[in-house]
Parts: sequence; C-alpha cells; structure tokens
Amino acid sequence: MTTQLNRRTFLGATASLTLAFPLVGSAPPAEAQAASAPLNIWVTIGTDNTVTIVSPAAEMGQGSFTSLPLILSEDLDADWSRVRIVQPASWDSVYGNPLYRMALLTSSSFSVRGYYLPLRIAGAQARRVLLDAVAARWQVPVAELSTEPNTVVHRNTDRRISYGAVAMFAVLPATLPAITEKDLKSSSQFRLIGKDVPRVEVPLKVRGAAKYAMDANVPGMLYAAVLQSPYPGGSPVTIDDRSARAARGIVDVVTLPDGVGVLGTSVEATRFAKNLLRVTWSDAPAGAYDSDAALDEFAAVARNPAVAGVAYEKQGDAGAALASAASVMRAEYRTHHIYHGQMEPLTATVSLSPDGSSAEVWAGTQAPSDLRTTIAALLKTKPDRITLHQQFVGGAYGRRGSHEVVIQATRLAAAAKKPVKLIWSREDDLRFGRFRPATAHHIEAGFDAGGKIVAWRHRVVSESVLNFMTDGQTGTKATDRIVMKGTQIPSYGIPNKLAEHVIQIRGARLSSYRGVGNGYNTFAVEGFLDEIARAKGQDPLALRRALAAGNPRAIELFRTVAAMADWERKRPGRALGFAFSEKDDTLNAGIAEISLDRPSGKITVHNVWMAIDAGIAVQPRNIAAQLEGGICFAVGHVLRERVDIKKGHVQQSNFYDYQVTRMADVPHIEIKVLSTNNPPMGVGEDGVPIVAASVGNAFFALTGVRLRELPFSPEQVLRALA
Amino acid sequence: MVELIVNGQRRQVEAEPRTPLLWVLREHLQMTGTKFGCAVGACGACTVHLDGAPVRSCQVTLTKAAGHAVTTIEGLSPDGSHALQKAWVAEQVPQCGYCQSGQIMQAAALLVTNKKPSREQIVTHMNGNICRCGTYPMIVRAIERAAGEVAS
Repeated sequence: MTTQLNRRTFLGATASLTLAFPLVGSAPPAEAQAASAPLNIWVTIGTDNTVTIVSPAAEMGQGSFTSLPLILSEDLDADWSRVRIVQPASWDSVYGNPLYRMALLTSSSFSVRGYYLPLRIAGAQARRVLLDAVAARWQVPVAELSTEPNTVVHRNTDRRISYGAVAMFAVLPATLPAITEKDLKSSSQFRLIGKDVPRVEVPLKVRGAAKYAMDANVPGMLYAAVLQSPYPGGSPVTIDDRSARAARGIVDVVTLPDGVGVLGTSVEATRFAKNLLRVTWSDAPAGAYDSDAALDEFAAVARNPAVAGVAYEKQGDAGAALASAASVMRAEYRTHHIYHGQMEPLTATVSLSPDGSSAEVWAGTQAPSDLRTTIAALLKTKPDRITLHQQFVGGAYGRRGSHEVVIQATRLAAAAKKPVKLIWSREDDLRFGRFRPATAHHIEAGFDAGGKIVAWRHRVVSESVLNFMTDGQTGTKATDRIVMKGTQIPSYGIPNKLAEHVIQIRGARLSSYRGVGNGYNTFAVEGFLDEIARAKGQDPLALRRALAAGNPRAIELFRTVAAMADWERKRPGRALGFAFSEKDDTLNAGIAEISLDRPSGKITVHNVWMAIDAGIAVQPRNIAAQLEGGICFAVGHVLRERVDIKKGHVQQSNFYDYQVTRMADVPHIEIKVLSTNNPPMGVGEDGVPIVAASVGNAFFALTGVRLRELPFSPEQVLRALA
Repeated sequence: MVELIVNGQRRQVEAEPRTPLLWVLREHLQMTGTKFGCAVGACGACTVHLDGAPVRSCQVTLTKAAGHAVTTIEGLSPDGSHALQKAWVAEQVPQCGYCQSGQIMQAAALLVTNKKPSREQIVTHMNGNICRCGTYPMIVRAIERAAGEVAS
C-alpha cells in the first residue's frame, strides 16, 4: 500500500508543527477531500517537545486508546514519555477505520487491525517531514540523518536536535512525502511495538476520576427515566400519569414512540415517579415471542434439509459428498440468549440548541459516526451539527453500537427545552437489552472408508442480528456475518464444506456480542469434532492436528497449549477438554480443566490454558489481559447465564436473577501470546469462543455424557446425567 | 438540610431523607467516582465506607448516613497513593474501569482488618463485587501485591 498525503498542513498559531491527513486504507471519503472540510489533525509536534496524537477508538477496556497512538509513535520515533493522547476534536470520518469504510466504529476487535498500517505510514511520514526540515537547515543529505526518540541525529557531525526544536522552524511541504511499507521500520528496530507500556487512562480509573457518560453534568439539566414497551414495536395506548405528575420533583411526563418519559429535578425523583406510571401497550409481533418455543422451532428447522439456507461458506459439494460418504455423523447444538451486562447501564445526556437544529451529546459509544447520523436524522439536520462528547465507556461488549438511549434523551430534551440526562435503570438495561441471538445448530460430517472427514455441513438457524439492526430491511435472504463467524473453519482441511444460515424472524432485540458468531459456532463445531474423535477412538487433539496439518500456525498453538496444560496427564476427579477458535485470522487454542459435583450438577472450572497467535503482538501484556478477561466473561455464559423471553417479556431483572461470573467462579488462567510476523489482528473478543467447547469437551471426558446446550446450568447437567 | 461528613468534610445536602447515598454523592455532591451499577446491592460498584466499613451506597439512605463518616474513592488517598491504588496501576487492573472504584473500596476495607489475607479470604470478601470485563485475576494479584507492601 502506498500513501500519498495530500492534506494541507500548516504551521499553527502555537508554533507547533501540525500534520494533518486522512489515513488511506480504502477510498477516502469525499468530505476528507473537499477543500472546505475542517482541518483534521492526527499529530502535533509542540515546540515544548511534546507529541500530541489523536486516538479515535472508544476506550471501553480493550486498550486501543493507548495502542493506536503507540503504533503511530513507532515510525515517528516519538519519545513515548512525551506523547500526549487526545480524542479527535471532531468525529469526522477522516478519523474513521479503513475496515469500516472510514466510519468511526470500535467493534469486532478491528481497531488495531484496521488502523495499524495507516498509522505506521502516518508516523513515518511525520518523521520524514522532520528529517527533511533538518536536512535543509543543516545543509546535509537527508540520508545521513537518523532518529532517536524525539531527536534527529547527524552522526557525521555529532549534531542532535529535538523534535520540539525542529517544530520551531519546520514548514510542511504542500505535498507530504510518499511513504510505502518498505520505508517502515523492521520489527527488529521496534522500540514500542511489542514492548508493554502502561495504558494511559489507568491512573484516572483507580482514583474514580475517569469520566463516563453516567458522570455527565450539564448546567440546567433535568433528569429523566423512561418506562418502555416491554417488547419491540409496542407503543403507549393508555397512560395514567396522575400519581407520577404529582410526585415531588417531577417536571413533566412525556409520551415517546416506545415509552413514557418522566422528567424531574433529581435522579431519585424520576426513578420513584416512573414506578407510579400505569401504561398499556399496543400489540406488536414481538409481543408473542417465546424464546424457548422458538429455539425448539429453530432446532426442527435445522434438522429439516427441506428448508433451504443461504450459504456463508462453501467449498466443494458438501451435499453430494455427504450422500456418497461411507458413513455420516450428525449432532445438534443449541444456545440461549445472553445479556451484555456492561457495568454502566445505558445513559446519555443531550442538550439542544434553542431552534433544535443542533445537539451536544454526552455518551460512551462504540459508533460515533452512527450516533451523529442517527441523531441528525431525528432532528432533521446534518451530522456536523451533532457534537459528540465521547466519554470513557463503562463496558460495551457490542451493546453500545446502537443508540436508542440517545434517541430517547434527544426527544426528551426537545420536549423539555432543557438539557436532559437520561439514565436507564439496571432493570431497563436488562429487560430492554439487545441480546446474543438464540441459535440452533445441525452439523453433519461425512467420512470416507478410511474414517477421514470428507464432508462437513453446518446449518445455523437463528434470527439475524443485522436484520434487527436494519429494522427488518435485510429480511431472510442474506446470511448474517455476525451470526455466522466461526463456521468457516478455514484451518481444517475438509474438501467439501458448507456453512449455511437459515434466518428466522421472531422479533427479539438483538445485537453484536463480544465474540460474535464464534461465541456459539465454536461451541458447536469444536464440540462436534470432539464427538467425532471420541467415536473414532482418537485423541481429540490428534484429530485437530490431522485436520489442520496445512496450517503451521495452528499446529504450533496446539503444541504450545498442550504443553501448558500437560495434556496427556490424567488427574483424578477432573478432566481436560480442548477447543480451537479462528476469528478474522486470530487463532487461539484453549484447554479447560473441570470437575463436577454430581449431586448438585455444579461444574467447577479449575484451569484454563490458552495460546494465541494474533500476528504481531503490539501490546503482549494487554493481549493476555484481554484474553484472561474474555475467559472470565465467558465462564458465566457457560455455567448459567441465560435470558428467557415469554410473550415478548424478558423474565430476568437484575444481577440477582441474571447471574454473571463472580470472582469465586474464576479458574486459574494461563495465557501464552505468540507474536508472529503476520499483520496484527484483534484480540478483544478472542478469549470468549473456546470456553464453552473446552468445558463441554472436558465434561464428556469426565462423564462420558455430551452437553449440547448452553448454558451448562446445574439443571441441564442433571438432566443430561439422568 | 442534612449534614453529611464525606471524606472528612462537612457537606450540606438538600434531598429527601430516603434518597440513597449513591445519588447524594453522585448527583447532589458531584462526587462521581462512586458508580451506579444495579441499585439493589447486587454488584458492588457503589461501595463506599461508612465509619470504615464497606457498604453499598445504593442501600444506605441519606438519613442513615447522616452523622457517620463517609469515605469515597476520592477520599481514599489525596492523590491515588493508597497501596491498593498503586498496586492497581502496577498490575494494570482496570479495563473499562467502571467497577474499579467499588472494587478498590471493598478491598481497602479488607486490608484494614486483615493485613495478609489468603487467596480464599480475598475471594470471599470480594465476591459481591462484579467486574464484567473479567479483571478478577488481576484484582486478586493487586490485592496480594498491596498486602505484601502493607505488611512488609
């Protein structure tokens, strides 16, 4: 990839050298090319020798707020102790992720992956501008100059000058220097990439000083609570708000399309008065949704080949190969809805201009571009009239890519003609959550006479997340990559492969969820492979080794994790299970060690070992932390988390009846991060997928009984053992 | 008007007597380090100290807090130099960070009464505090690190 920087640059009023350019990775958007576009700044070199770098990623715990500027710093050769990280001054697409067509969206573990090369090239370009300026001033060939952190060096004459001093006289050329990949540092020259640095916001977070959307405080604001339709599509029909209006501190009650808002002068007043509302709701198709019944229906569809699916992954002819196979194995797997449970319930604060044509929004969002577009459409104005004050994000896991709470706050602010801070209660956040889809899986494997797998067909039946996110526009004709990720199994050399999606529509609220499709598809795929190995009397790891023989990266991970866990060693009363996950070229292998309390059906996960290859490890310690966190997160999914929906109503309410992972559930975890010379891939989601399958496979090793439905709650375990 | 003693300072609050201390701290006094997570005492994000003991501030009314010494994350140390805060940085514990004020306040109360807690004692003491990012292993390591420093 070559990058020709053509943005204007200038010597700013503060006499700092300021570099401004779009990151080139896909076609730059028209607005970044327009001369009238606001000047967008990526890096500023101050005359005080500070280097200020913009970080566009939402910081929700994954660390990319720190690691993106670190990547730019590498090829700039910046002194990390002099780097200051700032958010974009505007949420313009010039800061967008090339993998999302320059949209600002922090999702799918795409931040480091999408920005890595453009940021490195940008850093190298900035460095080259500094070198050119010094070469001209010192009258030396630029090739004789080198850099040390924040310093330009001319060895022949033993002269040194700081970047800050260069910023005093440097003038940027009209066209920035062209830099290609071959001009970048080699990995042996790295000073920052691969060397752990502390995350910049951690000191704020241990003092309670990091600001989240929940902490917004705007002069003159009212507080709001919203009673919402229990199912999507319901609207208020009758509203008895007499008691609510009479409550102390209540200013107004406002009817919304999807609920009833209570405005007041304190949080406690609005929380109290909301409970006094009596509202009836219009019918909607989703009001009939029953998650248990739907999953039974999905399973029936999955096993009925007459219901056509849409191919997501196709190689060879799986149907023909199954028909002519010497033998065939089949299995069904299912997973229930689960809830994000981010610790900060959804909240937003919105202040509108008097004419309602512009808005300021205080929110923690994964999707700044979508937020501005959505709120602009609501206000019938342009996205550039929506000012986003992006806050630290109190957990997201996919939940904060949609903006219903911002829409509600905007409508309430318009009605109140005052700024409004809307806080969802935990009960709102759960009952009106957008869940991981419930899925049914039917997998068939066909074998040749020698017992080798020659055909593979994986049918996934579920609702579509994308369809829900596009208000039903997608329908049932397309596959949904969010649901289907994890079904491709590219490392496994099976000549005839078909992964197909059969989309059903019931009307559950759905969302992306940390791990996306791999969260359940890996459970089904790796569980079924374990079944095959057991049925053939083969070691489950040996089966994977044979299947992945063409992929040395996978084989190395298998070898590493097997050594970590001491795979061959028997342990009385306990057993091991293996699983492998591949998501967007991030490969990881995990082994879980469990025991079972047979009378109660309670599984204990004692150990999880994991080895990961996500390419170049930009921040190895943070990668390990993300995986460790992801494993802990997923332990709850596996042991008990489940959302039930009856007649459209979510049955759970709060953390007492939706039990997430707690400290006592957490296994001992060991992670090995293998840094390989491949482009850096995502890691934020990759702790999740292997947990369900490795625990389920360990359960079989321990008991001889297969668990094919998540979660492995004590009730399910006892049923399976009976 | 109700008088509260927060981090050693007398503060006057105009609010309904039954208002949870959580909202008094966060919205009336703008001390937002204490976090709202569940409002039913099930997650620990709002943990503060009342006369040195850890409590869920969502479960303590303004009336009950009046006259008692309230300590929040902002008052644990003037500058983030409490042994636990330093250990939290050294272990890079926080991810999203939202629950961490509550985690630190809960842990601080443990180290006051038990200078060298066992791993089992740490888990028992901390089990009411949820971290959805799953930083539990790092929380344990940070508490052990801080306990080592306090004890030595």
